[in-house]
Amino acid sequence: MQEELAIRVEGICKSYKDTKALQDISLDIRNGEIFGLIGPDGAGKTSLFRILTTLTLPDEGHAEVNGNDVVSDYEAIRRTIGYMPGHFALYQDLSVAENLDFYATVFGTTVEANYDTIKEIYSQIEMFRDRKAKNLSGGMKQKLALCCALVHKPDVLFLDEPTTGVDAVSRKEFWTMLARIKASGVTIFVSTPYMDEAGLCDRIALIHEGKIIDRGTPAEIVSRYPDRLYSVRGDNMFRILNVLRPIDGVLRCSSFGCECHVAVPQDGPDATLLLAALENAGLHGCSVEETEPGIEDCFIRLS
Amino acid sequence: MDNGNKSVVIRNLVKKFGDFTAVDNISFEVAKGEIFGFLGANGAGKTTAMRILCGLSRPSSGEGTVAGYSINREQEKIKRHIGYMSQKFSLYPDLKVFENIELFGGIYGLTDKQIAKKTDDMLKALSMEKARDMFVRDMPLGWKQKLAFSIAMVHDPQIVFLDEPTGGVDPVTRRNFWEMIYKAASDGVTVFVTTHYMDEAEYCDRVSVMVDGRIEAIGSPASLKEQYGASDMDGVFTKIAGRAERE
Repeated sequence: MQEELAIRVEGICKSYKDTKALQDISLDIRNGEIFGLIGPDGAGKTSLFRILTTLTLPDEGHAEVNGNDVVSDYEAIRRTIGYMPGHFALYQDLSVAENLDFYATVFGTTVEANYDTIKEIYSQIEMFRDRKAKNLSGGMKQKLALCCALVHKPDVLFLDEPTTGVDAVSRKEFWTMLARIKASGVTIFVSTPYMDEAGLCDRIALIHEGKIIDRGTPAEIVSRYPDRLYSVRGDNMFRILNVLRPIDGVLRCSSFGCECHVAVPQDGPDATLLLAALENAGLHGCSVEETEPGIEDCFIRLS
Repeated sequence: MDNGNKSVVIRNLVKKFGDFTAVDNISFEVAKGEIFGFLGANGAGKTTAMRILCGLSRPSSGEGTVAGYSINREQEKIKRHIGYMSQKFSLYPDLKVFENIELFGGIYGLTDKQIAKKTDDMLKALSMEKARDMFVRDMPLGWKQKLAFSIAMVHDPQIVFLDEPTGGVDPVTRRNFWEMIYKAASDGVTVFVTTHYMDEAEYCDRVSVMVDGRIEAIGSPASLKEQYGASDMDGVFTKIAGRAERE
């Protein structure tokens, strides 16, 4: 069993003064999977990444990456992982090619030796090989940073919020790249505040205020959602929220783009009752339909 | 220009850096009290355009007014009459809540008496009376965000610019924030907002989508979805921004 795990986290705690950044975190990440750590800013994602990449010591608990302990075997871990921190660690005054060469050299290898690993992504920025990193666009910087993290053929790739601040189209492209990296056999541990990226991971953990609030495949997490969920559509979302929220039995009522999601207990108010309440409030032409929850519904319920 | 019921009127706005055209002849209007979503891919020119609208940068060519003041000739007046908030910078963490209000109130030229009243009114509206003497750095993110938004409007501006106000924010706080935006708009404040969350684009009265320096599409979410045959704004955005030639 043990060999199948790329990362094992057991009872990790970390505090900064009075702030409990991580509270009793335990996780298993299997070899070859994309594992997503999903949660907002300040949830503890980066603290866990820094412990697993051997840059910070945990206060309690222990963790292994590729069977190596993050405290006692930190040197072995550093040789076999790739890490892309939230703020790209690129040398701004070095060119694209120089950055890549630098990272290869640090890991005692060459770009040529591992060209196959980065070819697919590097080919998209190779035409700018002599441009300084500071003059690259955000998307190109991201691709270069990913190449730098992969140039020594790591077994496990740590990506801390690679898509924060990235537009919706570029985010999709980035996840396509991750799928290809995974196909080459690399385990990927990735964090994101975007709930809609959960579905692109094999397994996920939801993290909130330093605690794991749920874990599993996205389908498993969604299947554990205990409440009935209605999707309400209408012209005035914020009035709809205000009408539905005080109704007896309505547990939660949240906007979801052009819909409003209303959670009720299985024996709670039904669609007819909700629609009648909207009509009574003068909100005509609304629709109420039962719908399936997504990861964001689950996060809202658990947080 | 007669801009009676408009908070923003922009005509043929161009901004060049050397031979690079960051903003390529855009024209649009935002009505008073409207929630206007300013969308676009990274590098499409949103930030450059927004800097001009906020009086921080001069256009290479083009005309326009923001809150009734010329983007070419009255930049200082624009700065005094707009509100601005971003996720990256808004409040001073090492100052207390009331000190932040005092500081920004002072910057915008409010009298001590006005600041005292504003402080009371604001904290009451936010149910934060007890947080008056708290350091901003010790506040939960959701509180900080609400306070930052209120402080951006401490001088009762006609229009407030929100630059990715909800990036990285948890789902509940993000939604509470949008309810505040909606409240401000229903009180008549114009809200000009950028976001990468496409579900938030749905909450805007109208949105524009910038691609390669141009406004490629503009309209209500419903009309754009119909025009582009998409079921949601994510679909609309993917269809429009997916055609971008520059990053």
